Amino acid sequence: MQLKPFARSLAIALSLVVIAGCSSTGGTQDGDSYGTQGAAGTGTSSGSTTGAGAGGQYGSTSGTSGTGAGQQADSRIPEVRTIHFDYDRDSIKSEYESVVMAHARYLRSNPNAQVVLHGHTDERGTREYNMALGERRANAVQRFLNIQGVSPSQMSVVSYGEERPAARGQAEQAYSQNRRVVFNY
Amino acid sequence: MQMLTKAGLWKGAWSGRWLASLLSKSTILISALLMSAMAHANLTIEITRGSDQALPIAVVPFATEGAPSEDVAQIIQDNLERSGFFSPLERNAIFESPNQAEDVQFGTWRSLDVRYLVVGRVTETGGGYRIEYDLMDVSGQRQMLGETITAESGNLRGAAHLASDQIFEAITDIRGAFSTRIAYVTAEGVGNTMQFGLYVADADGRNSQQVLTSDEPILSPAWSPDGRKLAYVSFETERPAIYIQEVDSGRRVRATSFEGLNSAPAWSPDGRKLAMSLSKDGQPDIYVMDIANRSFERLTQSNSIDTEPDWAPDGRSLLFTSDRSGAPQIYRYTLGSGETQRLTFTGDYNARGRFSPDGEELFLIHRSNQGFQVARQNLESGRLVVISETQRDESPSVAPNGTMVIFATQQGGNGVLSAVSADGRSSFRLPSPQGDIREPAWSPFLN
Repeated sequence: MQLKPFARSLAIALSLVVIAGCSSTGGTQDGDSYGTQGAAGTGTSSGSTTGAGAGGQYGSTSGTSGTGAGQQADSRIPEVRTIHFDYDRDSIKSEYESVVMAHARYLRSNPNAQVVLHGHTDERGTREYNMALGERRANAVQRFLNIQGVSPSQMSVVSYGEERPAARGQAEQAYSQNRRVVFNY
Repeated sequence: MQMLTKAGLWKGAWSGRWLASLLSKSTILISALLMSAMAHANLTIEITRGSDQALPIAVVPFATEGAPSEDVAQIIQDNLERSGFFSPLERNAIFESPNQAEDVQFGTWRSLDVRYLVVGRVTETGGGYRIEYDLMDVSGQRQMLGETITAESGNLRGAAHLASDQIFEAITDIRGAFSTRIAYVTAEGVGNTMQFGLYVADADGRNSQQVLTSDEPILSPAWSPDGRKLAYVSFETERPAIYIQEVDSGRRVRATSFEGLNSAPAWSPDGRKLAMSLSKDGQPDIYVMDIANRSFERLTQSNSIDTEPDWAPDGRSLLFTSDRSGAPQIYRYTLGSGETQRLTFTGDYNARGRFSPDGEELFLIHRSNQGFQVARQNLESGRLVVISETQRDESPSVAPNGTMVIFATQQGGNGVLSAVSADGRSSFRLPSPQGDIREPAWSPFLN
């Protein structure tokens, strides 16, 4: 979960770009990154308050998986509500960007909708440290949504750390299912 | 803290304590604890490793008058064995049954290579029991202890634990910790259908008592220094909050429920403050809450995770885990000066540090090439030694006499509790009757 020092510096730099370009930055309070290669580009476009343009731009760069969810009518809560993370990472993987974008569109279109982002880790490491790591993941998603124009008032974060595994077992298959952020409406 | 050598133990035995005990037979009254028990299945101890330096002792089955509800000699024998300091003679090797000092034939026990001998009798009295026992030094052919303990009828086990404490201290010169308790968390199920429980049991896993159940996570139980309260984190409102609960009455208050993390409560040695990790102002930082007036002091301000605080026994500094270096390591924050010093440098994952009671060592979770293991680090030398033999260890908690560390680990895919002596020589395990058992917290001395 820990970013390497260089990556951290880079992340801070990118976050600053993002914050500079974003009029509503509630929740972006630290040097952690959502860390995708598209971050700088997002930063420059995220000042847009219309949102649709930014969303479209993102959808077009996010590959093919999950485009079905991305093109859903924005009146319905997107069906895919869980995204997974790499070990020791809090960056949103490119294959899940379209999922997060779909949630961003839904939340922008439904200003009364509220989402609680639940951050989870696998079981390795100590419980209280993992509690903090789970929060880092959920915060990364919250920042991403915020940059996409979702109001901070619509989002909150709760980390469950390793306390609520989705799968049991001591193999990577279970671990990878457990490293996740879940969108709860 | 240290496991005494045999020579050291002998020196302890001769330190004069036995003489005073011999001259005055003490009488101690134990009052039964009021157990508002919603009993949970007891935990059963399995010894997993015996120390090669354990002292041979025989605990002769006690003579009984009436029908005692417990086998007092067996409880004492099990306690002494679990400590790792003693290797008790098996019962079927005992063929003489003296029950008072005057009847002991030292030659019999010398020929069995027994160094110490416990003999005694349990007498049922109106509404309770009287336990009389004698501790004999076989080689020196003399009596070290002669004690009488009276117990209310519901608390014969407590009396046996007290006798164990007295015997342990008379021989080792280290205060016994058999009359203590452990708190722990149980968990069953997966995902959204999980059930969690917070329990308190005697140090031998018996007399378990439910403190809280929830379908939301419970973690990080921590005993107040007076042993009467537990602070813990509960998600029962679907967010983390820190609660303080009186164990016996069940009364509780919510201490914190800030936005973000409310994590890792740790009592100050005077019981007036709780250190904790909060992320209300950004990244998780260490804060200290004054329990009486609910004021907060922020100790750390960093762009990293700072969590898992633990107070030094003298109350002047705190340990905490931080990933400010790029990976979790343990740091020490000195109150007053605010000086922060990194303590761990071995490996790339050291977390959840806990001071030894003398403040000279810390116990922690260390990622070795085997996995996550319990380790001990001497604060002066900085030397780190792995003391557990398991690989998925968490949540070390030190016995109040510093002789053992209890921790959570896994066995066959289930969470179990395990304990290892501070020197790593002996260990035992407390498997769960069902589901996972985790997050052990060893109480302070209770008597």
